[in-house]
Amino acid sequence: MSWMSSKEYTNTISYKLSSLSDTKRHGYKVSVKNLNSWFGSKQALKDINFDVKENTVTALIGPSGCGKTTLIRCLNRMNEMTSSAIVKGSVYLDDIDIYASNVDPVIIKRRMGMVFQKPNPFPTMSIYDNVAAGLKLNGIRNKALIREIVEESLKGSVLWDEVKDELGRPGLSLSGGQQQRLCIARALAMQPEVLLMDEPTSALDPIASAKIEELMNELRKELTVIIVTHNMQQAARVSDYTAFMYLGELVEYGPTKQIFENPQKELTERYISGKFG
Amino acid sequence: MNNTENHHHNIDHRKVIQDAIVRRSYKRKIVNRVFTGVTIVCVMLAMIPLGSILFEVVKNGISAISIEFLTQPQGSIIRGGGGVGPAIQGTLLTVGYASLIGVPIGILAGVYLSEYAGNSKFAYTVRFFNSVMTGMPSIVIGIVGYIVLVITIGSFNITAGAVALSIIMIPIVVAVTEETLKLVPNSVREAAHSLGIPKWKVTLFITLRSAKNGVLTGIVLAVSRVAGETAPLIMTILGTSLFFQGFISPVDALPLRIWRFASQPYEHAHSFGWGAALVLIIMILSLSVLLRFLVLERGFKQGSLVKM
Repeated sequence: MSWMSSKEYTNTISYKLSSLSDTKRHGYKVSVKNLNSWFGSKQALKDINFDVKENTVTALIGPSGCGKTTLIRCLNRMNEMTSSAIVKGSVYLDDIDIYASNVDPVIIKRRMGMVFQKPNPFPTMSIYDNVAAGLKLNGIRNKALIREIVEESLKGSVLWDEVKDELGRPGLSLSGGQQQRLCIARALAMQPEVLLMDEPTSALDPIASAKIEELMNELRKELTVIIVTHNMQQAARVSDYTAFMYLGELVEYGPTKQIFENPQKELTERYISGKFG
Repeated sequence: MNNTENHHHNIDHRKVIQDAIVRRSYKRKIVNRVFTGVTIVCVMLAMIPLGSILFEVVKNGISAISIEFLTQPQGSIIRGGGGVGPAIQGTLLTVGYASLIGVPIGILAGVYLSEYAGNSKFAYTVRFFNSVMTGMPSIVIGIVGYIVLVITIGSFNITAGAVALSIIMIPIVVAVTEETLKLVPNSVREAAHSLGIPKWKVTLFITLRSAKNGVLTGIVLAVSRVAGETAPLIMTILGTSLFFQGFISPVDALPLRIWRFASQPYEHAHSFGWGAALVLIIMILSLSVLLRFLVLERGFKQGSLVKM
């Protein structure tokens, strides 16, 4: 699977990006530095620091209300959609601080795709148009290229075989699990460098969840995945690194194996072993 | 309280409630029937005017309708003959012109209120005046049209009529657009933003498109409302027995023609009045039917979000 499949696409997109440079901050794809966030007067994130390597899957775990969804929404400035949200600190994508005043949040979102908790296909659009929407609305006009990317993205989210003969059907006519894979394809079509997934399987049955977990293994080869999950087994299965959060703080962050088998903090150990949460 | 006491406690409660249910079940059945009966009677009361209007208009109007009636200008006032061609043409032109002005302004103002204004004081004020405008007597709007666009231009004209009608349309379209856009779940907007689509494109091509059916319904509601307006047209396009003569001449319209026919003392004029009323009703009805067809048929196939 080649994500930058066509020269034309690359050219069209890349002139809009402020940087596609290879110089990465300390070799990390995403770096979070002293990140604090508030909703009104309530502090949701307290001084978060962590770095994510390229082509890895990082899981954010923790009990409800610990701030993991807020954190992932801060990583592509999606939290700004909530009017009361305030952010202080930095998030680096390669060497760009995405909160710097000269950075356009629209361009950051093009580079960092997002998959949401509930499948949210565009309601009036067909399967095909759902995947093509991001390309078309970002000014890609070449129909043959769009077709190629739609097929590639649906294959990338392992939905192609199920829908290839009925791409004109409404996106909403698919089952919940298929809709979620459609949303993943829609995000992949923008050729993101990072894919942020906010509890992508929490609304799905176990079989559909298993498909999405398999998919994450494939996605890791092409991009960097950060996933929020409620489900510790899922974190253990799919991720290379795990961050445990509690009450807005990052309690422990490290290789998944270490977090689950030999946690350094007592709080982590108690959460992993199911004593609270 | 120990477990046994608690147990007895629950059984006592259950007995009281079950007794009450048995005692009241006969009464409940009667009340149920009476209530259902009252709602059916009210439905019938509501249908009587609608049914009798349709029946009278069709009964009295159908005999007037012919090709000549639909296409020719009015003949002699005393002897009759001719038709309401200019009135049909005038209604289509004036309402079409009004829609060209009112629909875009209404939709974009509704978009502003729903997507951009939030709960600001300005938005609150706009919403308040918008709902005041919805109840504004149409004759007042006609007078505004007369002063602003008839006196200044020096003649009754179609623009004055179209502007007056669009002033009636705008608050309806604004309110329906805002309400329908608010039904679009935020998750749809977030999904679009997450693809790096600029906000104006998200609003026009994703959010508004998701609310398409509701907005279309609002437009048809507004068009139907103004197609039957008479008062503002008397003050602006005046009415004429001629086909469209240009942008600075009076224009005819079906409601005006019906009013003029009804005030004449001739049998044939009354028959023409009924005929014109039937034509107007058919025009408005077919617009609604067309909308239902478009929205329900295509909307269903496309899995549209906001259904009628």
